[in-house]
Amino acid sequence: MSESLKVPTMAEFMAQGKQPEVLFWVGCAGSFDDRAKKITKAFVKLLNKAGVEFAVLGTEESCTGDPAKRAGNEFLFQMQAVTNIEVLNAYEVKKIVTACPHCFNTIKNEYPELGGNYEVMHHTQFLKTLLDDGRLTVEGGKFKGKRITFHDPCYLGRANNVYEAPRELILKLEAELVEMKNCRRNGLCCGAGGAQMFKDAEKGDKEVNVARTEQALDVKPEIIAAGCPFCNTMMTDGVKAKEKESDVEVVDIAELIANAQDL
Amino acid sequence: MQYLSNILFAILLIVGIGFFAKNVKKLIRNIKLGRDLDVNDHKSERWKNMAMIALGQSKMVRRPIAGILHAIVYVGFIIINIEVLEIVIDGLFGTHRIFSSIGNLYGVLIGAFEILAILVFVSVILFWIRRNIIKLKRFWKSEMTSWPKNDANYILYFEMVLMTLFIVMNATDSHFQDMNSGNLISQFVAPWFNGLSEGTIHFIERGAWWIHIVGIFIFLNYLYFSKHLHILLAFPNTYYGKINPKGQLDNLEAVTKEVKMMMDPNIDPFAAPAAGTEGEVPAKFGASDVQDLNWVQLLNAYTCTECGRCTSECPANQTGKKLSPRKIMMDTRDRLEEVGKNIDANNGEFKEDGKQLLDDYITKEELWACTSCNACVEACPVSIDPLSIILDMRRYLVMEQSAAPVELNNMMTNIENNGAPWPYNQMDRLNWKNE
Ligand code: SF4
Ligand code: SF4
Repeated sequence: MSESLKVPTMAEFMAQGKQPEVLFWVGCAGSFDDRAKKITKAFVKLLNKAGVEFAVLGTEESCTGDPAKRAGNEFLFQMQAVTNIEVLNAYEVKKIVTACPHCFNTIKNEYPELGGNYEVMHHTQFLKTLLDDGRLTVEGGKFKGKRITFHDPCYLGRANNVYEAPRELILKLEAELVEMKNCRRNGLCCGAGGAQMFKDAEKGDKEVNVARTEQALDVKPEIIAAGCPFCNTMMTDGVKAKEKESDVEVVDIAELIANAQDL
Repeated sequence: MQYLSNILFAILLIVGIGFFAKNVKKLIRNIKLGRDLDVNDHKSERWKNMAMIALGQSKMVRRPIAGILHAIVYVGFIIINIEVLEIVIDGLFGTHRIFSSIGNLYGVLIGAFEILAILVFVSVILFWIRRNIIKLKRFWKSEMTSWPKNDANYILYFEMVLMTLFIVMNATDSHFQDMNSGNLISQFVAPWFNGLSEGTIHFIERGAWWIHIVGIFIFLNYLYFSKHLHILLAFPNTYYGKINPKGQLDNLEAVTKEVKMMMDPNIDPFAAPAAGTEGEVPAKFGASDVQDLNWVQLLNAYTCTECGRCTSECPANQTGKKLSPRKIMMDTRDRLEEVGKNIDANNGEFKEDGKQLLDDYITKEELWACTSCNACVEACPVSIDPLSIILDMRRYLVMEQSAAPVELNNMMTNIENNGAPWPYNQMDRLNWKNE
């Protein structure tokens, strides 16, 4: 199955004197985290299916610096940013798509001041344009009538006001979209942002991801849809903590669309 | 002798406004202790924000009950102040209800004020009940004890007294009652005083009039010490509030310079810095005290109305962590006040007091609990950004003190060495393709 994935690199495009339509920024989680790698592959399958000429940086990609910046290490962040911008600008990249809202936010909002100006899209926005342009079609079939709730990633929603693209994709699956008590601009964090992903939480009476998972379980979904590899991990852990893994799945929107097509 | 009350009033007016001006001056001085920040961009968007958020209360009504009650008190407050103008003119020139000469419109105006006064009175009582009887959780968090708790109630009592005095003043004003225009509410209060002699009623009217205006001057001067400062500062604060996407955190310029130098192959890192550049390097990265924050962050602190909407949306606070974005703002204001007093006491120079915002007010435990989710920023009805202060303090901890939690240091070392927050080799970044 994996042989069928076409994942060209920017270097390969360059060697042929060509420019891809879009650069797929995979991100650290998408490259290394076992769960997130599945999301990466699902998205690539969709890109392949739609015939999108995309490329990745591969080994030339490096952390955007988001967790370092949010931990307070501006120095390390800017080193990462400037290095990445050098690579991106050398390849004359114009348009970037990523499945990680943290990479999305950082490249879109924090790179321009440092010399990196690109059109940046979250993968749910990109998939939506593919559907709108008829390059990709989905049939509801498999997910028809399923109860799906969407967890707004802070860095996609509040941070960048993207609330509708992921929801429109879920509705395209003819699924029943149910909203949690806190959604859209009031969405409750999964607990991973601001570099929390990489440390234990401070003393409290509950884990944030459990609190958020409880809100999700309250609306009795069959699927919790996510749009961020970190949220995905947090919600998956939350579902496990609540011993609900046999009833509820945590799935990225790209995976939903890919599954609907049996990709 | 006949001008005694006019003179007394003039003195009162001068003292009231004089003290207020002094407080405003101090306020501006303290805010200017912050670092410079250029906010001359996006002028039309900023005016729009101010009109919508401060004047239009657009974020207040996101919580409908509090929002509507607040809108009533707010509209009442502004409109009833037209009456204060009349009181001031009457007081200075010894006239009585000078505006009544405008005819019917006067009755309409005062009638509207009376209705508003009652609506304000009722709203304020409901506010008091929410705070003290229903005990809404956000008003009873650990930072809401002593002064902050009393302050909120004092203001409510103040409003109740002022509104009562306004109605009593109208009810006991026989001249006004005889006009029988605009006494929509006070006509029902007037009979309460029926048994009293004319002289006593007049005395009560004068008494209510004086206490009302004195109360307003006291209120004006109470502002500086109160969360109620937001009635003034909400305007500049929403104007200067964040315009960029919430997820965009500022890039430290001083760091950019250093990074550019390090990355530029044409610059010899060991060469002596060019003349004049040394002074540009800031004394420190990030913030450990209020002077390290920028002036908008300090303005934020004075504007905070301690409503706790931020804290009630904060994921860390909701799950029992010590972090409360409201407390971040309150601590910043308290420390800024302390620094201001220090400067006052030492002839305009700050004398080292062995204290700072970090540790003495805001602990590391609070700072490290933040997920940078922006829920607090989204929730604040007056465009305050607690996250920016948290981030600046983290920057100090990491870049000046290397005091990050161990796990975060590991994460950062990984990024430095492997270009990822985990210990994987950058050369393996595309391995997923073949797995
Ligand atoms: S950004 Fe930080 S302080 Fe603000 S709500 Fe989120 S976790 Fe709380
Ligand atoms: S920061 Fe804003 S939301 Fe939080 S207490 Fe102050 S005014 Fe209320």
